[in-house]
Amino acid sequence: MRHAPNAAALIIAATLAGCSGGIFDPKGPIAAAQQELLINSTAIMLVVVIPVILATLGFAWWYRASNGRARRPPGENYEGRIEFVTWSIPALIVILLSGVIWISTWQLDPRRPIGAKAGALRVEVVALDWKWLFIYPDLGVAAVNQLVIPVETPIRFVLTSATVMNSFFIPQLGSQIYAMGGMTTHLYLLADKPGEYSGFSAMFSGDGFSDMRFIAKAVPAGDFNAWVKEVSGAGSVLDDDGYAALAKPSKAVPPRTYRSVRPNLFEHIIDQTVSGPGNAGIGAAWCRPVKQAGG
Amino acid sequence: MLGRLTWAAIPFNEPLPLISMGVVLIVILAVLALVVIKGWVPYLWREWLTSVDHKRIGVMYMTLGLVMLLRGFADAIMMRTQQTIAIGDAQGYLPPDHYNQIFSAHGTIMIFFVAMPLVIGLMNFVVPLQLGARDVAFPTLNSVSFWLTAAGALLINVSLVVGNFARTSWWNYPPLSELAFSPDVGVDYYLWSLQISGIGTVLTGVNFVTTILKVRAPGMTYFRMPVFCWTALAANMLIVAAFPILTATFVMLLLDRYLGMHFFTNDGGGNPMMYPNLFWAWGHPEVYILILPAFGVYSEVVATFSGKALFSYRSMVLATLGICILSFMVWLHHFFTMGAGADVNAFFGMMSTLIAVPTGVKIFNWLFTMFRGRVVFTTPMLYAVGFMVTFVIGGLTGVLLAVPPVDFVLHNSAFLVAHFHNVIIGGVVFGALAGYNYWFPKAFGFTLDERLGKASFWCWLVGFYLAFTPLYVLGLKGMTRRLQHIPDPSWQPWLLVAEVGAIVIFAGILCQIAQLYVSIRGREQRRDLSGDPWNGRTLEWATASPPPAYNFAVLPQVESIDAFWHMKQAGRNAPAPSYVTIEMPRNSPVGFVIAFFAVVTGFALIWHIWWLVVLGFLAAVVMVLVAGWSDDREREVSAAEIAQIEQARLGPRQPAE
Repeated sequence: MRHAPNAAALIIAATLAGCSGGIFDPKGPIAAAQQELLINSTAIMLVVVIPVILATLGFAWWYRASNGRARRPPGENYEGRIEFVTWSIPALIVILLSGVIWISTWQLDPRRPIGAKAGALRVEVVALDWKWLFIYPDLGVAAVNQLVIPVETPIRFVLTSATVMNSFFIPQLGSQIYAMGGMTTHLYLLADKPGEYSGFSAMFSGDGFSDMRFIAKAVPAGDFNAWVKEVSGAGSVLDDDGYAALAKPSKAVPPRTYRSVRPNLFEHIIDQTVSGPGNAGIGAAWCRPVKQAGG
Repeated sequence: MLGRLTWAAIPFNEPLPLISMGVVLIVILAVLALVVIKGWVPYLWREWLTSVDHKRIGVMYMTLGLVMLLRGFADAIMMRTQQTIAIGDAQGYLPPDHYNQIFSAHGTIMIFFVAMPLVIGLMNFVVPLQLGARDVAFPTLNSVSFWLTAAGALLINVSLVVGNFARTSWWNYPPLSELAFSPDVGVDYYLWSLQISGIGTVLTGVNFVTTILKVRAPGMTYFRMPVFCWTALAANMLIVAAFPILTATFVMLLLDRYLGMHFFTNDGGGNPMMYPNLFWAWGHPEVYILILPAFGVYSEVVATFSGKALFSYRSMVLATLGICILSFMVWLHHFFTMGAGADVNAFFGMMSTLIAVPTGVKIFNWLFTMFRGRVVFTTPMLYAVGFMVTFVIGGLTGVLLAVPPVDFVLHNSAFLVAHFHNVIIGGVVFGALAGYNYWFPKAFGFTLDERLGKASFWCWLVGFYLAFTPLYVLGLKGMTRRLQHIPDPSWQPWLLVAEVGAIVIFAGILCQIAQLYVSIRGREQRRDLSGDPWNGRTLEWATASPPPAYNFAVLPQVESIDAFWHMKQAGRNAPAPSYVTIEMPRNSPVGFVIAFFAVVTGFALIWHIWWLVVLGFLAAVVMVLVAGWSDDREREVSAAEIAQIEQARLGPRQPAE
């Protein structure tokens, strides 16, 4: 089984030659595992699918009415033994696949830490109309439509949305996850090679959806620290006013950075105690969220 | 006075929609004028619009589905063209505002007003005939169902002309579909047209479950029913169980939008995650509501054109009911990426792959039906073989998507789009077209042109592979769905191939139109006087083509599976005619009138014209009451009359006795 998937991988890779940026060009362990899983599952099913397709075409052709050479002995057409086989084959495949599903779903659970939890870099992700805000709470900086991460370091993403549902996805790094208003989702990813990987929203979110893209830049640790230093030394501050301006709907927003971020901005976005498009009409609502003290 | 409705609702400043809607209006007016001038109105009213005959209603459903297919396909071609040219910095010819309406309308129309009417139309026409029944259990209700579906279709098309359609995709997920993000009438058009047609669909479900359980010919036990009836029973049980979920979900969203409630809002204690759960609790059974009857069609077609009984009838029935139950246990696979835990995702992933077992059994059964058979490649049989090959591939990609970690990278991608078109075109549409070609001679008494039918099949098959194989590839390359413009220029060649595929499918649709035209023109030479052009096995072939209003002059006595086949074997094709008086339902304008007021009410609700809402709703309720209290709902067809009709049909070939 070890070699067959690899051969299949080579064939598929050859078919997708020149393919860069897709899920067959993984740059991290999660994406690599998912690619392997996709190929293995396909291989398992092809064991049945290919014979069935050939048999369909073969039976239809051989037993065509005009073929006098086809043997058609009269008698009972129903055979319990065949029936047993027709239930067993798909059942066996499904049992095998269920095992694969159970194990892989636990292994690749988006919120399962990669390595030690302590070593992970926390990045807070906010989906806005129609751009991505990345807050580095431990470093005090933020960026829009640009995600810079150190290679070989697990990234612990915590996501929410200040607007409608979106899905945060960097195909070359692996799993996507929804970003939703008023709640958080969690995702661990890791880039093991430096490079620029395209990321985007994979959940339709309105008129600016097609441009809701960003570059995920994986850089060596030294370069990352230099980038943080550079960002925190210049640019504007993401305070309440800055956030209110950013939260206004805008399309195809060029990347930018913020040298500092209002404390607990992410938490305030989740409980909707800063102004954003999602709670634009909140003053008129019956149940106005209570403004939290000390925020 | 007119609520939100002003002249601004008509898009005078946008040439493209204006021209297209002008053309549509001119075509509609031309058809209406032709009907009036030719004096066809009384005939149409008497024989079709007020008909409660399940066969006529079935034909009207099919017509609705095929006409709406043209609308949905026009949307598809526009989307493909936009994605082919809007690459890199180019924005194409459709701005997001318009493009988003088009893909939303495409999905909504194709599911609710193409696939559903085609499938329900086939069930309407075929099920009572196969059961050896005179009509469905509630014929007038059946007419109401059809006209409410047509009302929904009409309302959705009004959005072309007055106002706009939803820009929220066919799922219409909140919070995007909430007032805060979609304040205009588009979402309301979506909600009200689907609410109205949804009532019709639920009534269909009730009607057909009752019919199959209670209205069968003498001797037609459950385990003698044709497989198509079993699949229809399963599909209608799913309708009865699933559609109310959709209706309730839409009611909640409507309350959010109209009364400021917070079921699915981000704020005020709402929970948008509930909507995808509820939507797909309907949506996944819906997939099987569509595919199960298609499986039924293939079962009939493969058996008939292999000249053999279906292999393993009991497996087929068991598999059908298995799918029916499992379909309610898999809805979460539509959003593995919403952040559920591994245990939940794994459970739903395993349940989803489990459906591959009964589905695989069905494929094997069709395979073994062909084994040692005499396979005749008519158009319906070509669709069946094309389906078996295509559907297996769609099943494979479907199981891949059911593996949660794989779904994490393929969710919402072009790969997913390719997958569900693979199973819906390769499964449901091929099934509907196979059924259309198979039962057309029964409905109209003449056969369809085989040459054009086969040409159409090859166009659909080749067009499908050309259009959707590239989307599989693009999904693996990281292309997500619903993009108004394409970021990566290297994807263009694949998108061009997909566009060519769409054009080939269009050629297939043109072949079908030509097939219909040529066949009608040559109908005198194509007459089928036998009522059994394919050497069929089930009861619908035992009566005349087209069948008389009462279907069977004498109810058939069923003694086995494939009842008609055994009657032919035993030489009891022509029973001794001893006719008795038959009670048949009278035509009724109730359905048409209720649907008319439903359209008025829906339109008024969308535009907040409250007085008209009250008026339209009251009128519809009054109509229901009037119909409910009427006693004069049946007419008698006397034995002499039946003898006369049967004599006219059997004239050339007198019964042997």
